[in-house]
Amino acid sequence: MTEPIDLSGWVCPAPLRDYSAIVLGHGAGGKLSAELIKHLFVPAFGGPHGPLTDAALLDVGGTRLAISTDSFVVRPLFFPGGNIGELAVNGTLNDIAMMGAQPLALTASFILEEGMPLDQLGLIAESMGRAAQQAGVTLIAGDTKVVDRGHGDGVYITTTGFGLIPAGITIGPDQARQGDAIILSGPIGLHGVAILSVREGIEFGAPVVSDTAALHGLVSAMLASGARIHTLRDPTRGGVAAALNEIAADAGIGIEIVERAIPVPPAVQAACELLGMDPLHIANEGKLIAFVEQADADRLLAAMHAHPLGREATIIGYATADHPGVVVARTAIGGMRVVDTLIGEQLPRIC
Amino acid sequence: MKYLDEFRDPELAQRLLDQIRRLTTRHWSIMEVCGGQTHSIIRNGIDQLLPPEIELIHGPGCPVCVTPLEIIDKALAIAARPDVIFCSFGDMLRVPGSHKDLFRVKSEGGDVRVVYSPLDAIKLAQQHPDRQVVFFGIGFETTAPANAMAVYQAARLGLKNFSMLVSHVRVPPAISAIMESPTNRVQAFLAAGHVCSVMGTEEYQPLVAKYRVPIVVTGFEPLDILEGIRRVVIQLEQGQAALDNAYERAVRPEGNVAAKQMLAEIFTVTDRAWRGIGVIPRSGWRLSDRYAEFDAERRFNVSDIQTSESPLCQSGEVLQGRIKPNQCPAFGKECTPRTPLGATMVSSEGACAAYYQYGRFIPTSNVSIAWKQ
Amino acid sequence: MCLGIPGRVIEIYDNGLTRMGKVDFNGIVKEVCLAYLPDLQVGDYTIVHVGFAITRLDEESARETLALFQSLGVLEEELNPDDSPRTT
Repeated sequence: MTEPIDLSGWVCPAPLRDYSAIVLGHGAGGKLSAELIKHLFVPAFGGPHGPLTDAALLDVGGTRLAISTDSFVVRPLFFPGGNIGELAVNGTLNDIAMMGAQPLALTASFILEEGMPLDQLGLIAESMGRAAQQAGVTLIAGDTKVVDRGHGDGVYITTTGFGLIPAGITIGPDQARQGDAIILSGPIGLHGVAILSVREGIEFGAPVVSDTAALHGLVSAMLASGARIHTLRDPTRGGVAAALNEIAADAGIGIEIVERAIPVPPAVQAACELLGMDPLHIANEGKLIAFVEQADADRLLAAMHAHPLGREATIIGYATADHPGVVVARTAIGGMRVVDTLIGEQLPRIC
Repeated sequence: MKYLDEFRDPELAQRLLDQIRRLTTRHWSIMEVCGGQTHSIIRNGIDQLLPPEIELIHGPGCPVCVTPLEIIDKALAIAARPDVIFCSFGDMLRVPGSHKDLFRVKSEGGDVRVVYSPLDAIKLAQQHPDRQVVFFGIGFETTAPANAMAVYQAARLGLKNFSMLVSHVRVPPAISAIMESPTNRVQAFLAAGHVCSVMGTEEYQPLVAKYRVPIVVTGFEPLDILEGIRRVVIQLEQGQAALDNAYERAVRPEGNVAAKQMLAEIFTVTDRAWRGIGVIPRSGWRLSDRYAEFDAERRFNVSDIQTSESPLCQSGEVLQGRIKPNQCPAFGKECTPRTPLGATMVSSEGACAAYYQYGRFIPTSNVSIAWKQ
Repeated sequence: MCLGIPGRVIEIYDNGLTRMGKVDFNGIVKEVCLAYLPDLQVGDYTIVHVGFAITRLDEESARETLALFQSLGVLEEELNPDDSPRTT
């Protein structure tokens, strides 16, 4: 549903210089976010084995438990195609699924702003319940706190998910190998453009709704195909560009993609052209990227095409031994360019 | 997208590249004036696909890059005021002033808002009569009519809480300045297509005549840029110097008459300092005396500004096409998009940012990608 | 410097201050100021920069330009089917 949205600011990209305080760019999922974790949190939490990602594997007497936690602070709370509630459920379920795990349960904690209308909160909660039910997952515990009016943006939601990784599955960003086929499950940019279309200062009428969806059913079908999947990643904040760059860095491989092979819906393309943005940096909430042994690519594609969330799955490129850590794209006219992560969030431009 | 996708066709691009290769017999230095063209060239890899004899020199057509440091500092001072809602195009948010940028001002509590159109700032002024709404009016001639309309509407609405910080620049004086420079190597220009959509092409004829230099009005899509280059090379190879229009679908010789009339009403030509280059006479616009009340520089007391530019930054040299970004000693080291020293590393169409972002220099490995054809 | 995107005019109206329109970019619809193109009609294509229509896109001219590109090299191909480069 779309509410009359009252926004009072723009979610920012990165600042230029080193700051002594948090700036909004630290939350954008780009380089600043990574630096904050690496240089402030990891050393405090006990060194290089500290958390670097939002999901982790816990070995409990031979059973491997996947755990993921994520906070959701999206503005506006309601956007075409969904609301913060669905994002909070699906987002964490997807983090679990990207480890190859089947989700079991979720917890949810809420920071509520004094004055947040209860009917809006009710809608959000119902959406969460529905999303969890559709995913076959239970919301088992939760917490609520209230903060003063003026803090909290209505509501912030943190969800933590738990799942089981089946035996024999080793999926992770560092598992990608040179020669792997890189498969994208469907068209990109829908969530980000849906949000942009209701942002103050740049609203436009758009037939674009968020693609928020729980992907573990698709992942299950993919695993059942027997294809040797090395890495799974959902390209959320920072888009496909951020996801590919992280994997390239973690696995020490290079990546080459073909721009023309990347499915972009016409309305997303148009919105990006209008605002001078690149679809590769735009957030998705119901898509995944898979790195698969090249020989198994066709088998995996067939399995994905048979699932509702993978109908438009396609190969967008390959992992390579060349230029490790760097993602390169063949451009529309046959040139080559590097696809880098942005520092913070993408801003519309006029030039 | 209609009238965009067709001008990105890879097969037609190859035809144009083939033609350029067949025509080129010696080295030519061609400047694309517009930062949007620079962005398109680097992003699509056009510079790599051209024959090595063709050197593209990136021009100063990036309004973000050339906005004077003093104006940036004034913008920061105004935006920091609690009574102000400061509106800007997204491009300006990260441009470094002497000590900070608009983004930092926002994080320190300033009400800084990105808008898509200057008319959005007018709406904000109407919605917030108790606040001063200031719009950062930068741009070349393409953007000037839009900014002018905002001032015009403010006047008609009798808005007392709207003002504009104006820093407009004009292309033809920049071309003159480049051609007058003793170290100039530019032999031909790709003129900025959308600037000419507004202003027409008449202003460029005197430049062609005075400097005996081919000027071809060029668009922004890959095929448009390649066509502009093809026509320039034909002229250069034949020793010609003429004004040509390779972007006819969007440019008429007379330009946009209604827009030019509004510009004449709202703005007055003035000398303007270009960041990194210096003062180019009559190269800018300021608000005309009739609309002086909407000038933010007058409305807010921001005269006491001490600017301080990084001594390492060579954006001026880059903007004038004297060096390529990766020839600057600070490129990729002290100066990166994360820690930019100058505006050319920040602006989406700054040459330094384009070179860095699209990988004309990979800092980690210190080697360029082996581009495959 | 000048991100200008072609779109099709689907509606024209006066908002009390000036001539405005709705322009369709492949399904994305944006409100655009048409003050500077008083002769623009519904159905025309226009180039939009920062929410303003700055020029009408001449569709005939666009077609001609593309046809020119299509024809490039065709003569050489007909004369030199072995594709050796020539210095014409």
